[in-house]
Amino acid sequence: MFDFGKWTTAFNDLLLGVMPAWAATLIECVLIAVAILGAYTVLALFYILYERKLCAWFQCRLGPMRVGKWGLLQVFADMFKILIKEIISIKDTDKFLFRLAPFIVIISSVTMLACLPWGNGLQIINYNIGIFFILAVSSVGVLGILLAGWSSNNKYTLIGAMRSGAQMVSYEISLGLSIITIVVFAGTMNITELVMEQESAWFLFRGHIPAIIAFLIYIVAATAETNRGPFDLPEAEHELVAGYHTEYSGITFGFYYLAEYLNLFIVSGIASLMFLGGWMPFHVPGWDAFNNIMNYIPSIVWFVGKSFFISFIIIWFKWTFPRVRIDQLLSFEWKYLMPLSLANLILMAVFVALGWHF
Amino acid sequence: MSDIKEIISGICPEAEFVEGGESLQVNVPESKWHDFAKALHDDRRLDFDVLTAVVGMDWKESLGVMYYLTSTSRGWDILEVKVEAPDAKNPFIHTVSDIWKVALFQEREVYDFFGIKFINHPDMRRMFLRNDWVGYPLRKDYDADPAKNPIRLEDEINEDDTCSYVEDEKGKIKRVPGKVFEDDEYVVNFGPQHPSTHGVMRMRASVDGETIKKVDMVSGYIHRGMEKLSEGLTYPQILHFTDRMDYMSAHQNRHCLCLCIEKALGLEVPRRAQVIRVMMDELMRISSHLLAFGCTAMDLGATTAFFYGFREREQVLDIFEKTCGARMSMNYNVIGGVIADLHPDFQKDVKELIRIMPERLKEYHTLFTGNIIAQNRLKNVGILSKEDAINYAITGPSGRGSNWSNDTRKVRPYSIYSELKFDEVLESGCDSYARYMVRMREIEESCKILAQLVDNIPEGDIRAMNVPKVIKLPVGHWYQQVEASRGAFGVYIESDGTKNPYRVHFQSPCFNLIGVMDLCCQGYMIADLITIGAALDFVIPDIDR
Amino acid sequence: MEVKIKSMKHEDFKDNEYIDKLVEELNASGANVAVGNLNQLINWGISNSLWPLTFGTSCCAIEFMSLGAARYDMARFGFEVARNSPRQADYIMVQGTIVHRMAPAMRRLYDQLAEPKYVIACGGCAVSGGPFKNSYCVVPGVDKILPVDVYIPGCPPRPEAFFYGLMQLQRKIKVQKFFGGINRKEKREEFFAAHPEDRGKLS
Repeated sequence: MFDFGKWTTAFNDLLLGVMPAWAATLIECVLIAVAILGAYTVLALFYILYERKLCAWFQCRLGPMRVGKWGLLQVFADMFKILIKEIISIKDTDKFLFRLAPFIVIISSVTMLACLPWGNGLQIINYNIGIFFILAVSSVGVLGILLAGWSSNNKYTLIGAMRSGAQMVSYEISLGLSIITIVVFAGTMNITELVMEQESAWFLFRGHIPAIIAFLIYIVAATAETNRGPFDLPEAEHELVAGYHTEYSGITFGFYYLAEYLNLFIVSGIASLMFLGGWMPFHVPGWDAFNNIMNYIPSIVWFVGKSFFISFIIIWFKWTFPRVRIDQLLSFEWKYLMPLSLANLILMAVFVALGWHF
Repeated sequence: MSDIKEIISGICPEAEFVEGGESLQVNVPESKWHDFAKALHDDRRLDFDVLTAVVGMDWKESLGVMYYLTSTSRGWDILEVKVEAPDAKNPFIHTVSDIWKVALFQEREVYDFFGIKFINHPDMRRMFLRNDWVGYPLRKDYDADPAKNPIRLEDEINEDDTCSYVEDEKGKIKRVPGKVFEDDEYVVNFGPQHPSTHGVMRMRASVDGETIKKVDMVSGYIHRGMEKLSEGLTYPQILHFTDRMDYMSAHQNRHCLCLCIEKALGLEVPRRAQVIRVMMDELMRISSHLLAFGCTAMDLGATTAFFYGFREREQVLDIFEKTCGARMSMNYNVIGGVIADLHPDFQKDVKELIRIMPERLKEYHTLFTGNIIAQNRLKNVGILSKEDAINYAITGPSGRGSNWSNDTRKVRPYSIYSELKFDEVLESGCDSYARYMVRMREIEESCKILAQLVDNIPEGDIRAMNVPKVIKLPVGHWYQQVEASRGAFGVYIESDGTKNPYRVHFQSPCFNLIGVMDLCCQGYMIADLITIGAALDFVIPDIDR
Repeated sequence: MEVKIKSMKHEDFKDNEYIDKLVEELNASGANVAVGNLNQLINWGISNSLWPLTFGTSCCAIEFMSLGAARYDMARFGFEVARNSPRQADYIMVQGTIVHRMAPAMRRLYDQLAEPKYVIACGGCAVSGGPFKNSYCVVPGVDKILPVDVYIPGCPPRPEAFFYGLMQLQRKIKVQKFFGGINRKEKREEFFAAHPEDRGKLS
C-alpha cells in the first residue's frame, strides 16, 4: 500500500530545511486550502453531471450530451452562466444575514471536506476526535439554511427553513447515534485509527448485525441530512417553489447548489469511512494473495470509488421515491429511527462486551 | 314526467311549464325561486340532488339564469328551471348556494359575466375578471372598447375584500362588506406561477404552522372569454375552442359540441364516424389519465414516474398525429362526422397500445402506486364524502372516487356507448388514493372499449352527407353532456335562428373541482394541498375557458 | 464571424436577417481580443445552459412537458434544469394565452428574472393572441407587455419547433456582447437616465 505520508513528510522536511517552522506551516496551509477548494469545485461539478446523467438513465433519457463529448462540458457552461448571473438584492430583507447565509453553508461543507481521509497519508489533520468534529461542523450548515429562509422575507423560504431546521435537528440524532455505534465498536474517534482498524475487514463485516443496521440507519439519516429526496422537504420544488433558496440568484444560489452536491459526497465519504473502510482496500482475512492484489489499487481510488457508490444509492433514492410529508418525516425519525438506533447502540455494546464480532 | 309536473304545481302554483324542448322546462318567478329550489332538493318525490349547470342569460329585455337539475335517484332526468331577475337594471336573484354548494362558484361566474347579484350569497366577488373590470362582458350591451379596460400592469388592489347582498325582513337588500381572510391570518400564496398548480391557478391558503385553515381559489388567469367569442362566430368556427379548453379531453369536448349541434339540426351521424369518435375519445382518455398519473407522481416528488407515464402517452399521441395531423388540439370532429379518414396504421397502432398497456400499468404500480410513501401521502388525504361529491357536483373520476356512480357514458348514454361492454369504475375510499386509482383503472376500461371496436370499424362515410352548407340552428336551446376525461362536460347552446349562436355555455367539469378544494384541504398540510390538487386533476384552461 | 450552433449550420439556417444584422453590428463595432474572447466564452456558457422558468398557462405547457420527457429530452442540450424560482431561471417561455388578469403577474415574473434574461413567446396565443385575439380580456401578443426574443408559432408548436426556437435563442445569445450591452448595470443606468427621479428610491 503506497503511503502518501512519505511525500508529505518529505515536503514538510524540505520546507523546514529552508525556512522557520511558522513559515512552513503557513505555506502548507495555503497549499492545502488551494487543493481543498480545487477538489471542492471539481467534485461538485462532477457530481452535478453525475446526478444528471444518472437521473437521465433512470428516466430512459440520454441526459446532457451536446455540450462537449458526452455532455462533459455541460457543467462548465452552467458554471460560467451562474457566475455571471445577476445577484439580485431584494427590498426589505435582512441584507447582512441574506449575504452571510450562503457562506455559512459553504464553509461548513468545505470544513467537513477537509476532514475526510482521502488516502493513505492523504489527510490534512489527524485529530483524536475527528469524527466528532465532522458531526459538529455538519450541524453548522443548518444555520445557513435557517438564516437564508429567515432573511429572505418570503413565506416559502420561511416554511422551507423551518422544515429544514426541524428535519436536520431530528435526523442528526440518528446520524450521530449510528456513528457512535461504530465508535463504540472501534473504540476510537480518530479518523486514521478508524481506518487502520478496518485493515483486516471493514466494519460493516466485522461488526455484522449491529453494524449493518447502523449502516442502513446512517444512509437514511444522511439522505435526510443532505435534504435529498425523499426527504427534500426544505426545497420541495412542487410545494415551496425552491424552498429556502427561492430568493437567491446568481452565484449565491450557486453556493447552495454546489453545497448540496458536496454534502452528498461528504456524507458518502463518512459512510465509506465508518462502514466501508475509508481508503482501506477490500481485505478478506486469510486470503493474503487476494489482499495483496487489492493493495495495488491506490487508496484514493478506493475512497472516492466507495463514496461514489454510496452517492449512487442516495441518488437512486431521490429519483425513485416520492417525497414524504413533514409530519411523516418527523414521526418516522422520532418514533422509529431513533428508538431503533438507540437499541442498536445497546446491541453493539453487548456485542463488543461479549466479543461477538470478528 | 307528468307526475313531476303535478308535484311541482302542488309546491309552486306560479310555475309555468314550457314543453317542446328536449326536457321539461319550468319558469319560476324570482320571489318563489329559493323556496321552490329547496323543495326540489328536499322533496323525496322530486329529489333533484345535482345542479348540473347554471347558465346565465341575457334575453335582451331581461336577465336571468337557466338552472339544469338532475336527480341521481330517478334516472338522471333533467329539469330546466328558468328564473328571470325582476329588474333588468339592477338584477337580483336569490342564491341557491345554500342548497347546492356547487352554486357557490357557478353563481359567481354568472355575476362576473352578467352582473346578476345573488342575494345571500356569502362571497360575491368577480370570478374570472379583475376586480376593477368595467362592465359585464356577456351582456349583449357590453361595451368592448379597449380604452375602458386597458391592459393594466399593476396588481389588483383589495384582493381580500368581498361582499354579500343580504335581504332583511322587509325585503330590502343591503350590501354587507366582508373579508376573505382576516388580517392576522398567515396567508401563503400559491400561483399563478407555481410548479404544481397545473397551470395558472392561484390558491391562497391560510395556514397555521403547516396546517391549512382555509383555501381561497382565485381563477381567471387564463380566462379567454370563449363564450363571448363564440357569439360572434359561426357554428363550425366555434368548434376549435373546445380543443383548447381542456386540452387533455379535446376529442370529448369537441364531440360534445358536435353532438349538441347535430341534435339541434337533427343530423344522423354515420356509424363509421361514431365508432371513430368513440375510439378517439377513449384514446384521449388514456392519454389524459397517463398525464394525470405522471403529474400526480411528479407533484409528490417521484419525478421518474412522470417519465414513464409520458412514454406511453407519446404512443397515443402518435396515433393522433397519424390520423388527425396534430399531437394536440387535433380539430378532428366536425359537425356531422369527422374531418379525415383513419390512417392505414390506425388499427395496428391501437392494437399495439392495447397490448402493452396492461404490463405498463403493472410497471406504474410497482414503481409508484405500491410505494409506501406514495400510499401514505395519498390515503386518507382530501376526504370527500359521497354526499359532498353530489352536492358539489363533482363528476368524473374524482366523483367516482367517492363512490358516486355518475359516468355519463352509463347514466345517459350517447353515441354508441350503450352498445359497448365496459364497467364503470368506482372506488369507495373517498380520498386522493381512490381518485388516483379510478384513473388507473379507467385506463384498463378504455382499453377494453378500444379492443371491442378496433376490429369492428364499419365501412362507410365518415361524415353525414346532408350537412347544410351554412349551418343555422332552429330557435331554441339545447344541452348536451358527454363524459370527458375529468367528468361530465356540458354544452348549452341557445339559438335565435341565425348562423351565429345567441349564447353558448360550456359547463366544464374542472370548474366544479376547484369548488371543493377548500372543503378537501381544511385540516391537512401544505404538502397535501398539492396532492389533493393533483388527485382532483383539474386543468386550468378548462376552468377559466 | 459566424454564429456556431451545433446541429444548426449557418448555411442551412441563414434565413434570419435579424441575427445576420446583429453579427454585422458586432463585427463593425469590434472588441479587443481579451474582452472579445471572454465575451465568447461567456456567451458559450449562457447559450448552453439555458434554464427555463417552469411556467405554463395552457396547451403549450403540455408540449413543453413532452419536450422534457424521454422522447424529446431537452436535457441533451442542457436545458433541463427547470427552475421554479424566477431568480434562478434564465429565460421565460410564455406558453399560452396571457389575459388581462395575468398580465401584471407576467410582468412581475419577468422583472424577477435575473439578468441576462430572455423571453420566448410560444404558440399562437403568446405570439399574437391567436384564436382569442378578439376577446375582451386577452393580451394580443405577449410582446405588448414584455420584450420578446424569439417567437415560436404553432398551436401548440411541436417539440421540434420548441428546439428550433431554443436554438434560435442560442444563436441570438452567441452574438450578444456581455460587456457592453446586456448586463443590468448598464440597463439600470439607461433607466435612471430616463427616470432621474427614481435614482434615490432603489438601493
